[in-house]
Amino acid sequence: MAGFVKLIDTAVPLPTENIDTDQIIPARFLKATDKKGFGDNVFRDWRYNKDGSVNEDFVLNNPTYKGSILVAGDNFGCGSSREHAAWAIDGYGFKVVISSFFADIFKGNALNNGILPIQVTPEYLLPLIKLIQENPETKLTVDLENQLLSTPIGDASFEINSYKKICLTNGYDDIDFLISKKKEIELFEINN
Amino acid sequence: MGKTLFDKVWDAHVVDTIKNGPQILYIDKHLIHEVTSPQAFNELKERNIPFARPDKTVATADHNTPTVDQHLPVKDELSRNQLAQLTANCKENNITLYGLGHKYNGIVHVMSPELGITQPGMTMVCGDSHTSTHGAFGTIAFGIGTSQVAQVFASQCLLLEKPKSLRVNVNGKLKKGVLPKDVILYIIAKLGTNSGTGYFCEYAGNVFEEMSMEGRMTVCNMSIEMGARGGMVAPDETTFEYVKGREYAPQGEEFENKVAHWKTLPSDVDAVFDKEYSFDAEDIEPMLTYGTNPGMGIKISENVPSENNASFEKSLNYMALEKGQSMIGKPINYVFIGSCTNSRIEDFRVAADYVKGKQKAQNVTAWLVPGSQQVATQIEEEGLKTIFEEAGFELRQPGCSACLAMNDDKIPVGEYCVSTSNRNFEGRQGPGSRTILASPLTAAAVAVEGKIINFVNHLN
Ligand code: SF4
Repeated sequence: MAGFVKLIDTAVPLPTENIDTDQIIPARFLKATDKKGFGDNVFRDWRYNKDGSVNEDFVLNNPTYKGSILVAGDNFGCGSSREHAAWAIDGYGFKVVISSFFADIFKGNALNNGILPIQVTPEYLLPLIKLIQENPETKLTVDLENQLLSTPIGDASFEINSYKKICLTNGYDDIDFLISKKKEIELFEINN
Repeated sequence: MGKTLFDKVWDAHVVDTIKNGPQILYIDKHLIHEVTSPQAFNELKERNIPFARPDKTVATADHNTPTVDQHLPVKDELSRNQLAQLTANCKENNITLYGLGHKYNGIVHVMSPELGITQPGMTMVCGDSHTSTHGAFGTIAFGIGTSQVAQVFASQCLLLEKPKSLRVNVNGKLKKGVLPKDVILYIIAKLGTNSGTGYFCEYAGNVFEEMSMEGRMTVCNMSIEMGARGGMVAPDETTFEYVKGREYAPQGEEFENKVAHWKTLPSDVDAVFDKEYSFDAEDIEPMLTYGTNPGMGIKISENVPSENNASFEKSLNYMALEKGQSMIGKPINYVFIGSCTNSRIEDFRVAADYVKGKQKAQNVTAWLVPGSQQVATQIEEEGLKTIFEEAGFELRQPGCSACLAMNDDKIPVGEYCVSTSNRNFEGRQGPGSRTILASPLTAAAVAVEGKIINFVNHLN
């Protein structure tokens, strides 16, 4: 995973509320045995019509909106515990998801896969979505070190578990983190 | 405030504590088997991460192995591939493997203690939830997922939040015919399958102090069935005696030094537990489960309880049992003595003792599956094999077998099996099979009778 310190980018607005893991990645795409390839099918049933043609109305198919930040409606990632949803978000290239609420398990899975979920108040989220919809060029600044989201709406601070912050900043997962502690581990082995 | 046994072992293995985050726990021994390790080996290979401590890893083949004709190539392709992959992975990474046919091969939780790999005060993990078995030695031992298996491969450590502490005390004198398996089934029936969630359990009281190591293993094995991550018994002379002289046990002066350290491990008198329960040994009887989780257990003299809720009724329905009925007299066609809960020599001794001079009932298929090659050899050397064969029991080769029925050892649809294993979930022993958990003594008595009996009065 790549390290994450500060991100300045445009965002994709997806105001739908209660987006569940089945919508993020439909169950029929779960047969794969590795983590790759899920990005192609993220929000699959919204991106494509039943006949397989591209749904021009869906925001991911609208070239006006791009960027590595997804700004989504309330209660994002509810549903099952499958990690595939996080792999799909990551695979598509999103680094940050902003919402007014995240399902607990999705939040954990996202962090484990290098995605930063930022929870803001509904009073902050709704005008932000409107602003992005009207001005797709709007830049958002995500400052992980200071746990601060800055946009033309104003600044919003956000919470993150400090261990996960270290992981994200350095682009680690648990394995990388443990390997980064090799010296401490070896010292422990010598002393015990 | 004093420290618990769990605290002492845990704290001694903390490499680092991350502020507002988990702790890095050092793992002394990592046991692996064919089913939950291949994806972890792949992960390391894909990321080009070297294997940290192959010398602290020991492998066996058990979950998916046949229990007949082990000298022949494994018939099932999937199992054969898994075993071949384990062999290749171990070879590539210099890991000791006691594969099929090796004189030390066996169920991972039987093989490790009998070789002296399991020692007091250690931290041990394995990609199998019944790793809690090793807690019998005063060891912190618990099951992990495949992604954690990869973490240990890569670093010999895990990132964990420290669990809370729970103590279960059982004091008094156990009645005739009551075995360690009954003690743990009784505790789970009393506390339910969720009482231990978030906790590590210590078993204390004279009942556990007087129990053999094998009995303690049976008890700790099922800690996970009440939701606890693991269970422990304080190490004492019984423990030291058991470990002494085994293949991997420390020798001579080193052993004495270890024992001196192990003696400091038991919980301090003023240690405080987050939760504590106490039971009276006299209240325990041989136990049976009537439902589809290990918490649904009753004393052999009791009737199936009456509860009015959908999941309870669904469970009874699956088991084809009625509310309020007695289980005595229920015809049983399958008996399984085996699994990491009850497949050690003492389990077969107690069964053989009951069976000696008797015949299994005509209707019964009775499978005896030793936990390891060493146990199989003991069965033969002690003459138990002859007793069982004369009684019509079928002695098979070591492995997990009908405990999870991943191989061909499946109980047919709709049939009851009185089983010494640890899980009576729907379909656990084969699609549609109905499991009744019990001790090896109860299982032997049922095999002889062909139905459930209260054998307590038949004991001499
Ligand atoms: S005997 Fe059963 S519980 Fe024990 S390790 Fe094997 S499958 Fe798991």
